[in-house]
Amino acid sequence: MSGSSPNQGGVGVRVRGLRKSFDGHEVLQGLDFDVQRGEIFVIMGPSGSGKTVLLKHLIGLEEPDAGEILIEGQPIQSPEVMSKYRMAMVFQSGALLNSLTVGENVGLYLSEHRLKPPEEIARIVAEKLEVVGLKNTEEKMPGELSGGMKKRVAIARALVSEPQLILYDEPTSELDPLSAVVIAEEIMHLKDRIGVTSLVVSHDRGLAFGVADRIAVINEGRILTIGAPDEVQRFPDPLVQQFLHADFKRH
Amino acid sequence: MFQDVGEMVLLFWRTLAALPLAWRQRQKVFDQFFEIGNASLLMICILSFFIGGVIALQTGPLLVGRGLGSYVGGVVGYSIAKELAPVMMAILIAGRIGSAMAAEIGSMRVYQEIDALRTMNINPVHYLVLPRLVAIAVALPLLVTIAILVGWLGGALVCVANVRISVSYPAFFSALRDAVDLADVANGVFKSFVFALIIGVTSCHQGLITRGGPRGIGRSVTKAVVNSIVLIVIFDYLLTRILLK
Repeated sequence: MSGSSPNQGGVGVRVRGLRKSFDGHEVLQGLDFDVQRGEIFVIMGPSGSGKTVLLKHLIGLEEPDAGEILIEGQPIQSPEVMSKYRMAMVFQSGALLNSLTVGENVGLYLSEHRLKPPEEIARIVAEKLEVVGLKNTEEKMPGELSGGMKKRVAIARALVSEPQLILYDEPTSELDPLSAVVIAEEIMHLKDRIGVTSLVVSHDRGLAFGVADRIAVINEGRILTIGAPDEVQRFPDPLVQQFLHADFKRH
Repeated sequence: MFQDVGEMVLLFWRTLAALPLAWRQRQKVFDQFFEIGNASLLMICILSFFIGGVIALQTGPLLVGRGLGSYVGGVVGYSIAKELAPVMMAILIAGRIGSAMAAEIGSMRVYQEIDALRTMNINPVHYLVLPRLVAIAVALPLLVTIAILVGWLGGALVCVANVRISVSYPAFFSALRDAVDLADVANGVFKSFVFALIIGVTSCHQGLITRGGPRGIGRSVTKAVVNSIVLIVIFDYLLTRILLK
């Protein structure tokens, strides 16, 4: 596969004392963790535990009430970080612009910022779509795509800016198991090929334990444990065990 | 309410500040302009034709009965140019185009498309609001100019065809020329320009602050149309007061 620059690399992320409240309800209650360069770091937790809010802080869509996020030791909103590092997010729904074609969606970052001439953008778009296994889909509209294809287009769109950090919000939700495997392989492939740092938010245990270098389990805005997948699997906290082993049983 | 007004003023200011970028967004401006014209021109023509006809029908017999038949053209022409065409067309556009703007931007907000733009460092005001505001600010005055002409034609036709009025075309348009000068038409067109800004800012603002799912989008659309109409009527009074000769 061709595409992303092989030397793109990843960035280290440090989160310290992150707090956020909405309408008096504290969604993030002082989160502390580090993500190493080139690592796939998965954050797991039940719905409403603050995972997506955390991602929105990391991409700059939300401002924390307290605490800080450092990228390579610099505050995330600092001019150094803004100019030197690029981050991208793959939204739960894909968040493709429905009025644009797949090709226009993928090339949007380059065309809106006028970073490349149109022919060059078309070439890059074709490359990135090939990376995610969607060759020759440039002219399709998002409405013509399946859920899995939309997420892969969203990944292609994220790759266009050659980010050092990619945030994935529930990348396998609403997908059939086969599509989920394709997305999981894509996340691992990007790490292997370009060394990008990946932060994945999910409650899909299969995905988390399949792709993660390390996993953090959070509940009600607090981190319960962080560690390698087997360490988390063995962590004795009842809440963690309950979450990791919750299964439907027919009585 | 005051928060909404403050946010709208801020949005308008940010869009004004981004005006130098309008040329870069010219394709989107043209698309929006075409959308507004395509969606509204026929309706505008029908509405203004019948408004002109109704005004002639209401005032014609009254004036003719008092021996003032030579003023019918002036009354119809003046009221259409200065008041009815700008206000009625603005209300129509608020319903037809303002609602579409609020719905489109609102659904983009709900389905995280605007968040996606922000993660790509694309300013939603530049990308979404600026082209719409420029397009409607150009399109509505043009539509109102057409509406004025068609409204006059409708009035003239009724004056000629209705036996209780029976004013000829030359008499109608001669009276119209006497009563209405270019400044009166410009007055109405200027009002429509202000109304266009009101519709654009109100609708885009409602779209951008949409919360929740489809119900939230519906709420935003309703608020966009209602708030636009209320503001159009208030500003109509203020502008009329300011521009009164």
